[in-house]
Amino acid sequence: MSGVPSLSDLNLAATLPVSFLALYACLLMIVDLFVPRTRKHITAGLTMLGLGIALVLALLPLAGAARFGDGERAFGGMYIADSFSDGVNVIVLITALLGVMVAYNYLDRIQRQRGEYYSLLLFTTLGVMMMGAAGDLVVVFVALELLSIPLYILSGFRRPQEASEESALKYFILGAFASGFLVYGIALIYGATGVTDFEGIWAAVEEIVAEDASSKYLLLVGAGLLLVGLGFKVAAVPFHMWTPDVYQGAPTSVVAYMSVAAKVGGFAALVRVLGSGMVNFALDGGLVAAWQDTVWLIAALTMILGNFVAIVQSDLKRLLAYSSIAHAGYMLIGVAAAGSAPVADEAARAVIMYLMAYAFTNVGAFAVVIAVERDDASNTGLESMRGLAVKQPLLAASMAIFMFSLTGIPLTAGFIGKWFVFKAAIAADLIPVAVVGVLTSLISAFYYLRIVWYMYFESGESEAHVPVPLAWAISIAAVGTLLLGIFPYLLSDMTHKITLAFGP
Amino acid sequence: MEDISLVTVVLMLPLAGLVLMMLFSRTEQAYKWAALVTSLVTFGASLLLVRNFDTSAAGLQMVHRVDWITADSFTIRYYVGVDGISLWLVLLTTFIMPLAILASFNPIKDRVRLYYIFMLLMEWAMLGVFVAQDLFLFYIFWEVTLVPMYFLIGIWGAEERIYAAIKFFLYTMAGSLLMLLAILWLGNEAGTFSVPDILAKLESGELAFSTATGRWLFLAFAIAFAIKVPMWPLHSWLPDAHVQAPTAGSVILAGVLLKMGTYGFVRFNLPLFPEASKTFAPYMAVLAVIGIIYGAWVSYGQKDVKKLVAYSSISHLGFVMLGIFALNPAGIQGGILQMVNHGISTGGLFLLVGVLYERRHTKLMSAFGGIWRAMPLYSGIALVIVLSSMGLPGLNGFVGEFTILLGSAGSSVLSWWFTFFGAIGIILAAIYLLYMFNTVFMGALDKEENKHLPDLNWQELWSLVPILVMVFVIGLQAGYFFEYMDGSVKELVDYVNGYVLSAAGH
Repeated sequence: MSGVPSLSDLNLAATLPVSFLALYACLLMIVDLFVPRTRKHITAGLTMLGLGIALVLALLPLAGAARFGDGERAFGGMYIADSFSDGVNVIVLITALLGVMVAYNYLDRIQRQRGEYYSLLLFTTLGVMMMGAAGDLVVVFVALELLSIPLYILSGFRRPQEASEESALKYFILGAFASGFLVYGIALIYGATGVTDFEGIWAAVEEIVAEDASSKYLLLVGAGLLLVGLGFKVAAVPFHMWTPDVYQGAPTSVVAYMSVAAKVGGFAALVRVLGSGMVNFALDGGLVAAWQDTVWLIAALTMILGNFVAIVQSDLKRLLAYSSIAHAGYMLIGVAAAGSAPVADEAARAVIMYLMAYAFTNVGAFAVVIAVERDDASNTGLESMRGLAVKQPLLAASMAIFMFSLTGIPLTAGFIGKWFVFKAAIAADLIPVAVVGVLTSLISAFYYLRIVWYMYFESGESEAHVPVPLAWAISIAAVGTLLLGIFPYLLSDMTHKITLAFGP
Repeated sequence: MEDISLVTVVLMLPLAGLVLMMLFSRTEQAYKWAALVTSLVTFGASLLLVRNFDTSAAGLQMVHRVDWITADSFTIRYYVGVDGISLWLVLLTTFIMPLAILASFNPIKDRVRLYYIFMLLMEWAMLGVFVAQDLFLFYIFWEVTLVPMYFLIGIWGAEERIYAAIKFFLYTMAGSLLMLLAILWLGNEAGTFSVPDILAKLESGELAFSTATGRWLFLAFAIAFAIKVPMWPLHSWLPDAHVQAPTAGSVILAGVLLKMGTYGFVRFNLPLFPEASKTFAPYMAVLAVIGIIYGAWVSYGQKDVKKLVAYSSISHLGFVMLGIFALNPAGIQGGILQMVNHGISTGGLFLLVGVLYERRHTKLMSAFGGIWRAMPLYSGIALVIVLSSMGLPGLNGFVGEFTILLGSAGSSVLSWWFTFFGAIGIILAAIYLLYMFNTVFMGALDKEENKHLPDLNWQELWSLVPILVMVFVIGLQAGYFFEYMDGSVKELVDYVNGYVLSAAGH
């Protein structure tokens, strides 16, 4: 590895979706300078085009049509192109496409139609894709910053509205803090193992466990700090405090996108680092990783707090914020299950399936909020849903589908996600946390159903405007939610090749 | 791929009708008729099931089995079929639905399109519950039945509809969630979610779990089913849901939905966990008998006719549970027949209440009296249905309850006390039903607003006549219905008892 690597060593072909999008995003930033203020639909269209091409590139290996690398490494092991990163790519690119569709009219309405919005969105997307493909802790850190910094800016995009500025500042300060934890964790792990790439860490952990070396404590602290840093990104309790405020203050179109994208990135990294690099970190020499207990405890707390606090929310955006905290808990069950070596692959697949289901459902739900929100950011209370089924039957039906999906009712994607996550948990012998999972699902049914009953059982003067791109986004999200629910093999086929294990 | 089975056809017809209705219907009349025709066609197709059913075979028939999700460690299948246990429940569903739809023609005036969409979805989901043989598929249908019923109660219900709808949803969902975990556990261990495959693995010893695990799993399934039945003390959602639901909703709830619980016990609890079934049988029977007496007692105290009928369901379903946990052929066959009987009689009673409510917009017994003089046709039909619900010999209710008591008396796991208290339940049923009949239909026609009530219109009449016919048919020709159950029930009972014997032999 010494000396200057030649271009062929980089194995650029394996990174095609990411490198294409990186180039495209930079170009778009320049092209946008020449697009006049009044014609920003060109920028939006170009963004969609770029995302669309990247999505096709990401889908090709999944469909088996082309292979840019089967578990192949690029950039000297920094980048791993495998089924897991393909899955992450597809999820985040679909989310980004929907994110552009929900944003276009919204930006017009709030008079913030600026080209930067789209470039920043592309960079965030890139960050998430790199998180999914990271083969090294350094890449995790760089990708995390690439994912976060544009989101800080986007949260404050509604300048000079105070709520939006506050949201951005809060997110930035707390996010920077979390990054600090992450770097510290990386440093300690490096101290314990002497390497930063996952395969090297995996080999070093084998050794540490075999020799029962005292550096295992260093490793444990490192893993804990890493969990703090990434736990912040995915809004896990107790690192969730920023979520409701940021979600409520930030422009709704940003929230629709980031509530999914940041989670995809965070969970991709968690699964990669813990489920792949440290899956063998069993202190007692068994098959269960040392970090599993911590993760499932956090999962249980996250589900309990998120769901209980969501009950008392009267604002849709805050309610969905707490709901997104709760869903981080369900996905953490999957991460915890990945701590049992025999179940690791199944658990990683479950997390990807859950994320895919969550992407359609959550973007859709926020898109409906965008439809009822007024130009001055008001009318996002639960009241705004009253009688929607009579005024806007299709919009209400879509929202009902999203709510049932978030609850986990069968025939929706949300059920399939929960089914596989709970299945992995039971396979990993984590029955108590699965019980907490189903019981909190019941709690969640109450507040999701309340939205349905406001729409269908009560009458009111609800108003909503659904311009074309937004209507398309909501329809795609609703159809996607149902499609994945009715044909679950779409999901299981997409993920069935995921294997994380290093070594034998 | 195998041929598409008749069961799949019956299952998918309501969905096909739903799609056609949404594509081609434009007026309210069209929605009504499209839904009615769909449900009638489904009923017709389900009659073919009876014709093609081979009564000499015990196992599943007209099976349709396709892999749905395949993974390294497990398979989930679309797997449907009928046997002697589910056949009549499928027929009950397809029989009740046209009546419920016909009875909705006049009362349902707003959001007609949405109403019939949910009715057909409901039929589809309920049929799915009775034919699904894969636990994943079963759970999907089981949960999906909640959604249309939630809307039916919440949109077209009475004053307290929102409370009732949400209580119904949360209460029943609470039960099924633990079942979900039990299903996942079973599937993980067995590598398949198909019940026949799991049973085969259990029988061959390839899959085995400890006595304690079996009991936990039994309980996880039992809570889900017991809430649906509902068994005392998990019944409190039922009066709310029944009373607030629109007439057709109550008919479906009482007629079919509750049977999903009792059916679940027969289909899953008994064969999957025979040891636990045997152990828990006396406890389940105690709850069943408490339900019989309690339901009857509370019914007697009601002032509202609909509430009276609702509580009577708890009592009647108690009989079904008693029969099932007698764990012998007579008890289980009686239980299954009584599920059908209760669906027909109580469905009929709710239709009758709906007729009164349409005319007077009250369900209080004190508001009526002497109705016989004003509405003789209606009252005549009501008398037969009330007598059938009471268990008068010659009518359907008698056959079921008598067979159940016969089963419980001959049961090796239950003492004769259960039979004794069950018999008391029958007497109590006679008391509250005759008291109700007396108050509403007999006596002097002394209320001015009751004097000119119109008798049945054609929709009401034709939704009640088929019920009347079935009351007599089952009452007089019960043997025909038992014949179809014989094989499957006998095999089930032999299996449950045989398993316990062989386990004891080890």
